[in-house]
Parts: sequence; C-alpha cells; structure tokens
Amino acid sequence: MHEMSIAESVLGIVEESARREGFGRVKEVRLEIGRLAAVEVEALRFCFDAVVRGSLAEGARLEIDETPGSAWCFGCSATVPVGARGDPCPACGGFQLQVNGGTGMRVKELLGV
Amino acid sequence: MCTTCGCGSDDVKIDGKAHGHGPEHRHDHDHVHDHDHGHAHGPGCGHDHGHEHGHPLAHEAQPQHAHAAGVAAERAVAVERDILARNDAEANANRRRFTRQGILALNLVSSPGSGKTTLLVETIRRLGGEIPVTVIEGDQQTSNDADRIRATGAKAVQVNTGKGCHLDAHMVGHALEHLAPAEDSVVMIENVGNLVCPAAFDLGEAHKVVVLSVTEGEDKPLKYPDMFTAADLMILNKCDLLPHLDFDVAQCEANARRVNPFIEILHVSATKGGGMEAWLDWIREGAGEARSRRRRSTAETATPPCGTAGGCACAATPRV
Repeated sequence: MHEMSIAESVLGIVEESARREGFGRVKEVRLEIGRLAAVEVEALRFCFDAVVRGSLAEGARLEIDETPGSAWCFGCSATVPVGARGDPCPACGGFQLQVNGGTGMRVKELLGV
Repeated sequence: MCTTCGCGSDDVKIDGKAHGHGPEHRHDHDHVHDHDHGHAHGPGCGHDHGHEHGHPLAHEAQPQHAHAAGVAAERAVAVERDILARNDAEANANRRRFTRQGILALNLVSSPGSGKTTLLVETIRRLGGEIPVTVIEGDQQTSNDADRIRATGAKAVQVNTGKGCHLDAHMVGHALEHLAPAEDSVVMIENVGNLVCPAAFDLGEAHKVVVLSVTEGEDKPLKYPDMFTAADLMILNKCDLLPHLDFDVAQCEANARRVNPFIEILHVSATKGGGMEAWLDWIREGAGEARSRRRRSTAETATPPCGTAGGCACAATPRV
C-alpha cells in the first residue's frame, strides 16, 4: 500500500504548485505513471481521494496517463515493448531484458482557479 | 493516525520516540480521524457546499464550493515534477553521507519471517568487529529486532513506521542522526517485511539485498518481480531445510534471473552457518570499495595546510 505515500507526495507537489500559481482550488490533477513503475493505478486513485480531503485539491479529478513499458533486449540488441516485469521479449521470447522505459511517475499538469 | 489506508507518517517513531514533523506533513483525510475542511463555519451554516460530509471514499469528482464559481477563470499549468523527487533527494543526501564516510549501506528486504534479523545477528557475530556494523531496524511495531541486534553488542536504531509499509529516505536520514555510524563501517537497513512497497523507495543504499527463504515458494520472484528487479543480490536462506522440502532451487534461481538477469545469488543457512563465509566476503568486498571511494574523494578534495585549494608546494613540505 505504498500508493498512500505516493498520493501524499502528489498532494505535496500539488499544494506547492497551487500556492505558486495563486490557485484557491485545484480542480484537476494530471499524472503520468509508467506501467512498470510498481504502482497500482486503482489503489493510487483510492489513496488520492483520501489524502486530498480538506486540502485545496479536495474533490479534484485525477487523470492518469499510463506510459508503456519498454526494455533493452540483449538477444535482439533492440528496445522492445514489455507489458510487465517478468514478461519475455515479444520478438525473441528471451528474458535477457533491462527495463529502460515506463518506470517514471510524474505530476504533469494542474487545472486550478 | 490512519488505520484504513496504511499511511502513518505522523506515527513514525525512532527508538520509541515520536518523530516530530512540521505542519507541512499534515494530512487531513477523514476516513478515520477528524479533518478540517478549511472553512470557518459548521455544517449547519445554511448554504449548499455541493458535497456531502462523511461521503464514501469513491466519491464523484464534482466542482466544489459552488459559491465561488465564476469568480476566477480556470487555468491549466504544467508542473512536470517527479512524484518521488523528494524521497530521491533525501536518498541522495543519505548516499552522499555514506560515500563521504566510506560506509557500505545495504537495504535488506524480504517478506516477514525470511530470517533477516537472524542473518544480521549471525553476520555481526561472525564478523566479530572486523568491520564495524550498525543497524537500522524497520518494523511497524515493537523494538524486538533492535533488541536482538543490540544483544550482539552492535548499535541499532529501531524505526517504527506505525501503519507504514516501508521505510523511506527521510526516516533513514533521521535514524542516521541517532545511529552516528563510524567511518569505514557497514550500515545494515532492515526494511519492513514486505515484498512489495520497499521496492519503490530508494534509501540511499549501495544495494538492495532480497532475502528469500526456502520455506517460501520458488515462484516468489515471479509474483513480486519489482522487488527482485530492484535487488542486486538474492540470499536464498534456510538452505539447511532443503532436504525436508520440495523447494526447487534451480527453478527459483531461473525465476529470479527471468525478472533480473543480473542478480547475484548466494545460498545461506544463517542458523547453521552454510554459505555465511561467501556472504561475509560479499560484504567485505563492498565495504572495501566504499572505503577506497572515500579515500579517493578525500585525496581529490584535500586542501593543503596553507588553505590553497588545488595544491601548492607546502602540501609536500614537512611541517615543523
């Protein structure tokens, strides 16, 4: 349930950005979460709703863009798409993979008034 | 303290003492504890707020506080910030401290009951002071593990995370202030027993070491791939029990390498001593590297007695 810590970090960034922008309320928060970022998106939504209560982002819509995972395949010498850790290379079926994309977690954008 | 969601940052204790935080750490969600909606008036104030107090967690996203609508135009602003940036910044501060002091820091992760504390106790006992070891113990409750470490004579700090499911870099930074580890030593961080959440949090360690006991399933690396990907070393513990179990060691190793082709693997029995020497050698090698790095960086930044950075003749001249 580390999604709660992540939701708290999101709120920290949202509050800081909202103060800087002079927002009284935040109505939408847009995140980018990699599919290999070890985050359960539905759990994060649940936690986000919980942590923003009483803050200026209470009731804000949470939009999450999921970015695809990718890895360098040592067998193919190429970057290949991967859906989950432990999946084989879709081209050669091997497991000599080093993840190189889809692990990031960012706050992209706020909509506020 | 929130008993529903698993958060517990207000409830973190270091050696039983409250870990004080400023108001910026407040979180006012309401599913267990009281919360503050930020207006001065009470619920009977006579105008519609557009949402119900005491609503369920999965409430509809609606425009809140309709009485303010139309006053200011909505604006979208780009933020573009890493969500874990703060943890990562604190982890880097811990890492700089370790580098500066020549400390090898290891983050031990596993499910509960894999034998992490026994492994640490035996490691400290067998090293016998050859390399000083101090320990940060992470558990939700009790100081039992730190007590077990202290019984070996080693210094230990217990971090109780309350309901928290992992240690973070901030907790470790505070624990280090209490622990005050010596130069050229080893700091062992025993994380909360949990094969999921600790994977995502850098504490500033040189390596995550995942401990898997042979009384667990050999498919654990496939079930919890994030942790086995994050680790540089897997210790297969309780190997003395293998004759009594159906555990398939080769399959377990194949599973671990499937999610992490670069993972090193050691077979150990902390209680009976099998494989312990290889583990101690792995620590010795890492501690040696940390020591050399400190010496190199000390040499690079050394200021001669005259205070002229970059070197001058007086550095090589014996002072009388």
